[in-house]
Amino acid sequence: MAIINKDVVIIGGGPAGLAAAVQLRKKGIQDIVIIEREKQLGGILRQCIHDGFGLTRFETTLSGPEYSQRFIDLVEEMNIKYITDATVIDLTPEKKVVIVSKKGLLEYQAKAVILTMGCRERTRGAISIPGTRPAGVYNAGVAQSYINLHNTMVGREVIILGSGDIGMIMARRMTLEGARVKAVFEVLPYPSGLPRNIQQCLEDYDIPLYVSHTITKIKGHSRVEGITVSQVDENMKPIPGTEKEYDCDTLILSVGLIPENELSLACGVELDDRTKGAIVDENYQTTVDGVFAAGNVLQVHDVVDFVSLEAEALADSVAEYIKAGTLMYCKINIITDTHISHTIPQKISGEKDLKICMRVKKPFKNCKIDVLQNNIVIKTVTMKKAIPAEMIQIKIKKTDLKSSDIIKVVVA
Amino acid sequence: MNKEYTCIICPNGCEIEAQIAGTTVLSIEGASCTRGRLYVEQELIDPQRNIATSVFVKNENIPLVSVRLTHTIPKNRIFDVMNEIKKITLTAPIVINQVVIKNVLGLNSDVIATKHVCV
Repeated sequence: MAIINKDVVIIGGGPAGLAAAVQLRKKGIQDIVIIEREKQLGGILRQCIHDGFGLTRFETTLSGPEYSQRFIDLVEEMNIKYITDATVIDLTPEKKVVIVSKKGLLEYQAKAVILTMGCRERTRGAISIPGTRPAGVYNAGVAQSYINLHNTMVGREVIILGSGDIGMIMARRMTLEGARVKAVFEVLPYPSGLPRNIQQCLEDYDIPLYVSHTITKIKGHSRVEGITVSQVDENMKPIPGTEKEYDCDTLILSVGLIPENELSLACGVELDDRTKGAIVDENYQTTVDGVFAAGNVLQVHDVVDFVSLEAEALADSVAEYIKAGTLMYCKINIITDTHISHTIPQKISGEKDLKICMRVKKPFKNCKIDVLQNNIVIKTVTMKKAIPAEMIQIKIKKTDLKSSDIIKVVVA
Repeated sequence: MNKEYTCIICPNGCEIEAQIAGTTVLSIEGASCTRGRLYVEQELIDPQRNIATSVFVKNENIPLVSVRLTHTIPKNRIFDVMNEIKKITLTAPIVINQVVIKNVLGLNSDVIATKHVCV
């Protein structure tokens, strides 16, 4: 098998991969290829037919397919090479990429590899709901694919577990298609999705949302016939005596997304336990030299515009890496207090302006987020509200940094 | 009267507290931009929403093409518009932003395709 040399191989043709490819070309990197598993480019946006995308990136509101088409058009115009219907089966630390495609087995040797594989949904198995195993239990994204791409309605009497954005968007979508969505239950004491989706997907259609509730039993044999719901205490344990029964033929799960990092692990990329994505520096370079990651494979985003912007910033670094053969060493670690779930990046050089992305672990009102070095506040951001559903981004200038000491981000 | 709103104009989802007399906004708090006040004013007189759904495609492997509205419509007309859209079957090729229904139900909004369907 002949080895094909490439400057950059991009794994995944969703919003992150597309934006990275276009930006690389703008930076003068010619020799690139996008590898896509599906028949078309576009990734998850293909099935996200609702509007609300693009307000930051394009200053207009678009549906998911329109948003991705804007990038696909640029990929076509710039003659950027892409292969669809192709699965990457191996990635090595030496940046060898092995692909199964319609053309057979292909082997690329890349100078840099960009990981933009996106994420997967957490399933029923991962949250261990007791009960029978009937048909009619779907992940929200699976139901979205059935309804929006395959013209298959998933059910009529629907209960949703989890208040993630996709679940709420599917509550509205199924209501428009004639289903009765009876309720959304969330185990946490606050919703996990964006407030605007609670308004426009649930409240607009009189769908009740119950926080601090979970499903404690699924009933039915060939098909779901009903569920039992219980209130939970502060430790998220069901409270005996609070059980309520609901009849339904469909249960939709919207209980979280997990970055899809099998390939990252195959090439030795070190993952962050908190994000389940790669540990990266300010250049989005992972712990493997020349392997970079952005988008939902790195950290689960709530707004696609920020995925594109992250991938564009990554592409700037990759272009620099291709031209110079190396990037600045990043030895300053960023740590957090217990109120902040994680940061991206996890380490920086101290020689560049940068943006730190993070999430709070629980909702705060009228709070301050401080960035500290050696117990001295180097940057502070005041927030009317900070909620786990919304990614927080703080810009730090090189001149804000006082030393090469460790950086700590805290809720003050 | 004080009323709480979640602005749906952008992903920030500002939580707005407004003091209202009839359909007049006396004061508003919590909006991080000027669109917040406009949203609350619109909610008071005539709440507006956009919808996205899909339309049958008869001659292609892909059974559906996604559609949305070019402008928002009154919230209480959503299901009327859904019924109009359900009557439509399209023939490929379909191009993105192709008008599927012009001025649906006289609401000053077009239904447009949001993806290409090639033959």
